[in-house]
Amino acid sequence: MSDKAAFVPSLIGSSGETLREAFGKALTAAAAKYPALVVLDADVAGGTGTHHFRRAHPDRFIQFGIAEQNMVAAAAGLALAGKLPVASTFAIFALRAVEQVRQSIAYPHLNVKLAASHPGLDAGPDGASAQALEDLAAFRAIPGMTVVSPADAIEMTKAVTAILDYNGPVYVRTGRSPARRIFDESYVFELGRGRIVRDGGDVTIVACGVEVARALDAADLLARDGVAARVVNMSTIKPIDEALLVACARETGAFVTAEDHNVIGGLGGAVAETLARTIPSPIEFIGLQDVFGESGEPDELAAKYGLAGPSIADAARRAMARKGTR
Amino acid sequence: MPDLQAHATEIRRIAVSLIHGAGSGHPGSCLSAADVIAALYFGELRVPAVSGVADDFSRADRHANRDRFVLSKGHACPALYAALHLRGFFDRAALGSFRRLGGLLQGSPTTTIPGIDATCGSLGQGFSIALGLALGLRQAPDTVVGHPRAYVMLGDGELQEGEVWEAAMAAGHYQLGNLCAIVDYNKMQSDDLNEKTMRLEPLDAKWRAFNWNVQVIDGHNFAEIAAAFANARATTGKPTVIIANTIKGKGVSYMEGVPSWHGSVKLKPEEIRQALADLGVPPDRQPEYAFHV
Repeated sequence: MSDKAAFVPSLIGSSGETLREAFGKALTAAAAKYPALVVLDADVAGGTGTHHFRRAHPDRFIQFGIAEQNMVAAAAGLALAGKLPVASTFAIFALRAVEQVRQSIAYPHLNVKLAASHPGLDAGPDGASAQALEDLAAFRAIPGMTVVSPADAIEMTKAVTAILDYNGPVYVRTGRSPARRIFDESYVFELGRGRIVRDGGDVTIVACGVEVARALDAADLLARDGVAARVVNMSTIKPIDEALLVACARETGAFVTAEDHNVIGGLGGAVAETLARTIPSPIEFIGLQDVFGESGEPDELAAKYGLAGPSIADAARRAMARKGTR
Repeated sequence: MPDLQAHATEIRRIAVSLIHGAGSGHPGSCLSAADVIAALYFGELRVPAVSGVADDFSRADRHANRDRFVLSKGHACPALYAALHLRGFFDRAALGSFRRLGGLLQGSPTTTIPGIDATCGSLGQGFSIALGLALGLRQAPDTVVGHPRAYVMLGDGELQEGEVWEAAMAAGHYQLGNLCAIVDYNKMQSDDLNEKTMRLEPLDAKWRAFNWNVQVIDGHNFAEIAAAFANARATTGKPTVIIANTIKGKGVSYMEGVPSWHGSVKLKPEEIRQALADLGVPPDRQPEYAFHV
């Protein structure tokens, strides 16, 4: 498509706040309301945003050093002692503790939150070894886990309170790069609910995290050709909003999923599993196509690996072309 | 310590019987740990008594500020279940659910079981959980029986998990005087001797290097066990590890010192008869230990 060469993202800029900073500030603000809240770090507080909490509440901040497995299982012990632990690290290192999350937190369904920054290609120039492409899939596969990936700083801030109010294990992705603003202060975050952020009747783009802004870019591109794309911010990946997906299947008949993650097992997998059981629909999957990334700025990587608006728009056209076919 | 010896023997009888009744389980590991578990549940641990037995806890303290015990070597849970049953946490009928579909007593400890403080089963993690408990209990108010403490039992083979040393480093760093680890040092693991599988020695030096108070004892001598616990309680500013030298399969003649009795084994009728006989149960009383019906 010629769109790719001509396309310039309209909203991108450094003006947006990062999700990790919003997360750290929201956590700090929540300290008074949640007296049991303690924050756990594995030597990356400056990167995850929890440095805000450490500065304000040093007595409720626990440093574990570079030892994620121990941090995560110790979080289980803190929960058993009556604390409300939020453990934070980079998404790639959260993967290192998947089994600890499964055994020590999810199996006993403890009230522990794991917040991971620097997910996917958003980790950028540190390269493929720092870019977690599997975390949504890994944590989603664990029974009883809730998995959340907010789209902007406002949603991140509101999600923190909702996650702390929910009694059970949660994995939440924050973000490294400045995020374009999607919502205003009136936005109400509800765990387990997707939100239509742009309406349209021809195709539904279901996105999470940084891909919501890129899905809106795609909707702009599609509108130039007279295609009305609906964009859904599916910030709770598990439990997924089945009612909304069914409504979108009825009303638009074709889907694209978009996530900064491998196309296997994450948001795309969750949407496909749901639609296969309810209203089977054509779906195209945007994300890393089962390959590793490389060093580069997030927007450069998104363009190269097919996660930017033009690629999403192309996928939408492919999905629409498959409507009614077998 | 006649009472402790009697409790430990009863724990051993119940544990091997549960494993026989279920058709699988880890007898060697239960038998090496039984004496320390008896000393914990009939002496050291400040846990609320049940079944109407008087204790020193006010009602408000009963749960939040009790001592906690984590069996990080979760496969030895038949011995722990036996102790909890003898302390009145659940009745005899519950014992018969061990490893059975829909049963209360799972193949590894879970917090859904009365008296179990942490879900375990994957080696190394229980130690981190105990670390988290000790960190969390630091700020708990003192009870009439003292400040709440966290205890954890590890297997020796378990010490090969890297996470153990992450937790050991953190406990030393945070100077957790309210954390007491016991290593059930029976010198054997699933495949073979520790020495042949992955050498642990010098073991006491490793713990000292991680800033722990280290005590090496005979894990079948109740006076030494009690003295070690008292030493741990009196030690502030450092976590304590009790390296309990034990014998795998202790108390059952044909299991003692034989690594193959570690694994999940099915006890034949003549094997459970001999095991119970070795543990002082005459043939006419052995049917009392048939918990699975």
